[in-house]
Amino acid sequence: MNKPIRTLSIFCLLLFLALLGNVTYVQYFKASDYNDAAQFPENRRVVEAAFSRERGAILVGRTPIAESVPSDDKYEFQRQYAEPLMYAHLTGYFSFYNQTGIERTQNGVLSGEDDRLFVSRLVDLVNNASPKGGSVKLTIDEDAQQAAYRGLFENPQLGDNVQGAVVAIEPDTGKILAMVSSPSFDPNELASHDLGAVDKVSKALSDDPERPLENRAIRRDLPPGSVFKLVTAAAAIETGNYDSEALVPGGSSYTLPHTTTSIGNGGRNCGSDKIPLTQAMENSCNTTFLALANELGQDKMRAQAEAFGFNSTALTDLPNQLKSTYPTDLDDAQTAMTGMGQFEVRSTPIQMAMVVAGIVNNGVVMKPYVVDEVNSPDLDVLDKAEPRELSEAVSSDTARELRKMMVNTAERGTAKVARIPGVEVGAKTGTAEGCDACNNYAWFVSYATIDGRSVAVAVMLEKVNLSNSQIAGGALAGPIAKDVMEAVID
Amino acid sequence: MTQSNSFLGFVHRRRRGAELFLLILALAVGIGAYAAVGLGVDGEVPTNIIGYGGWLALLTITSHVVVRFFAPYADPVLLPVVAALNGLGLAAIYRLDLADGTSFAQKQLVWMSVGVALFIGTLVLLRDHRILQRFTYTCGLAAIVLLLMPMMPLIGVTKNGARIWINLGPVGMQPGEVAKVLLVIAFAGYLVVHRDALALAGRRILFVDLPRGRDLGPILAMWLLSLAILVFQRDLGSSLLFFGIFLTMLYVATERPGWLVVGGSLFAVGALLGWRAFSHVQVRVDAWLDPFDDFYGSGNQIGESLFGMAWGGMLGRGLGQGSPFRIPFAESDFIVGALGEELGLTGLMAVIVLYGLIVERGLRTALVCRDAFGKLVASGLAVVLALQVFVVIGGVTKLIPLTGLTTPFLSYGGSSLVANWVIIALLLRISDQARRPVPDLSADTEASSSSEDTQVVSLR
Repeated sequence: MNKPIRTLSIFCLLLFLALLGNVTYVQYFKASDYNDAAQFPENRRVVEAAFSRERGAILVGRTPIAESVPSDDKYEFQRQYAEPLMYAHLTGYFSFYNQTGIERTQNGVLSGEDDRLFVSRLVDLVNNASPKGGSVKLTIDEDAQQAAYRGLFENPQLGDNVQGAVVAIEPDTGKILAMVSSPSFDPNELASHDLGAVDKVSKALSDDPERPLENRAIRRDLPPGSVFKLVTAAAAIETGNYDSEALVPGGSSYTLPHTTTSIGNGGRNCGSDKIPLTQAMENSCNTTFLALANELGQDKMRAQAEAFGFNSTALTDLPNQLKSTYPTDLDDAQTAMTGMGQFEVRSTPIQMAMVVAGIVNNGVVMKPYVVDEVNSPDLDVLDKAEPRELSEAVSSDTARELRKMMVNTAERGTAKVARIPGVEVGAKTGTAEGCDACNNYAWFVSYATIDGRSVAVAVMLEKVNLSNSQIAGGALAGPIAKDVMEAVID
Repeated sequence: MTQSNSFLGFVHRRRRGAELFLLILALAVGIGAYAAVGLGVDGEVPTNIIGYGGWLALLTITSHVVVRFFAPYADPVLLPVVAALNGLGLAAIYRLDLADGTSFAQKQLVWMSVGVALFIGTLVLLRDHRILQRFTYTCGLAAIVLLLMPMMPLIGVTKNGARIWINLGPVGMQPGEVAKVLLVIAFAGYLVVHRDALALAGRRILFVDLPRGRDLGPILAMWLLSLAILVFQRDLGSSLLFFGIFLTMLYVATERPGWLVVGGSLFAVGALLGWRAFSHVQVRVDAWLDPFDDFYGSGNQIGESLFGMAWGGMLGRGLGQGSPFRIPFAESDFIVGALGEELGLTGLMAVIVLYGLIVERGLRTALVCRDAFGKLVASGLAVVLALQVFVVIGGVTKLIPLTGLTTPFLSYGGSSLVANWVIIALLLRISDQARRPVPDLSADTEASSSSEDTQVVSLR
């Protein structure tokens, strides 16, 4: 009977080899898949370990706006946000269930899993220390951010519950210097270890009709109204037929092609027939820009808008930038309407800031970014962001003409509120109508430049507690933009 | 006679000293793991480490002393391997106790004591395994009664969908675990008598010797019995195990691979029918194919087990440092998943290799055993362990669909632990018989010192 017993031994050997092979597969080859929370969100071990880990800080200048502090409960560390409302939409939140904002896009670095932190992980392993995350330094200018925050949250002119956003960009690099969205939320409440309370807060925030979780600076697109006239003007000058002094159609009203609809200028001085382009810009003459858009046609208009970044996204440091849109398949009347930023033209605040930044930077739009430096846990710089060109939106000649007109608008036009003595300031106002029943949107874009230091700002007010007649870009949004510019150039 | 002795080449040595040394290593594993659990969970060595370690040492050393006196030539590796596995199992159960606030480890230690007592009783009372051959039909009848017991009203209990438990006043037990030992003895006794009839007649079809129809009787009966267990007790694991044991023992007894072909096809048919007919089998298969499809339902155990093992990785989280309590019923069905998380691939491979050693030692015993009955019992018991380990660990690690069987010596569960200790006692008894020098030669060889022992034990 020994022969079958020997055969049986071989069979048993195969059984055990199969077991050994399979555990090797599960615990070695497949383990990294199972431990990837993206592939297996059910894997609570990974989620809890990530939640409990000491994450790196998010820094503005040298101040941590998000950091992990030791905690004496079930999890070892608690994420803390120093200026919760002011930075909520930049940092995002780090909750047990998910992450947003920088916490999400820089998760690899902050959690310590990024390849750039390999050496640091190795050192931790050798020293038997628990691995620490690297820190991320933002491009944000603390003063500008504070000015923008005060403008939206502590502004007696606007009252409480403002819905709006402010974005400031450094034109020659694309650095985002300020980004505030209102209303805001407290990420500390979402990072709490009391998961039941987090559930409640999270549900309340997502059910809130004012959408406090939304980063309006990159996620809210509204008709840009008159601030879009900069794009129309850019397209016109790019044809070579116009400069800032060129005579363009003016007059008190314009009838949309093939319709009887007539649009006026709200009583602003737009001459009777031909006026210089700069006057049309200073006084925000609808009649001029409707006629120019009609003359240029939708293709040239769209090409110019896209050269500034419309119909695409550019920001990768924050998740889910919304595309600003210049529509397609327009008839003549609709094309004309786009000339003053109406019909289906929609822009996010960051997109309008990019338009201004491009104009200031001699026509070149830089890719906007928020993450300036990635540091190791020991604060060695591992990576520093390099400014990158996104597109050449207009020629430098065109850019110069546009700047001239923006300066004129600030000096003697609708945007006088933005003037700063001794500083080159250009600006453009906008008041857009979303629909008949809803309130108007106030826009204000501007730039300031002195001694090589520049800043481009876009302010958007979606909803304030004022009647439509009181809502105007210059009066409401202008002072906020001015404060932000002053904070940067001082 | 002298000639045949030199032809055999050597006389097995007793190796009891080696066994003692290995046992001390095994105790170090068991007690060390217990201390490591305390350190990992609470940051301090458990306060009862002296009492616990002392008791574990007492049990192990006592069984060693009993083996030394009553089975001096027994295989020296089996007992230490079992002691190591049992100690590791206790530590793993204690670790889950600390997380869940249960007290399974204490009960398991009591069951281990009972198991060791029965182990000692078996070795002391059963001086020659061939005596068991007299009880062939008694064992068979007892096994069938035990298997039917869970079906009876009043004492039968359904747990987690399987009706394999009985309730005897204060203690519950799984009679199937005991039945498997009895069945091996009954099969062996039956096959020793009938092996020639089963082996000799048959016809050759397509290069395979197929047995005659009338000889198929017992295998068909066994097939039906295992199907009945599957149907009425919803116990996939046991039906697979019983059928597998019978098939391999039939093969060993008859040396006819044809039986494997017949049995294998019957198993395939049975498995297919079972899958088509029973939703609980389908649920198991679906949970095997994709545990994450219904992660919070039927796939939860296997899914959490896989996550745990992946989380453990190569070296494991360390005892007390993982979350094995996330796996439902980790202390019984999924103890291997819990060990995989905290001891890692390295630890799990060690555990699997330990099981492989037990099986290898059992089959080696069968090889060197001189009588057919002993060969059949030893190979049957070794295959029981091999199949059970394969089915359980394969199920937990998603190699095959999950079936409800306990992990020998590791899982929490009294019946299983006690039955497996008896299996080891039987293997030791057979290997003692097999390895001791042939009595007639002892006077002429250098092993004369043992002549008196061997003559005392020699029966007939």
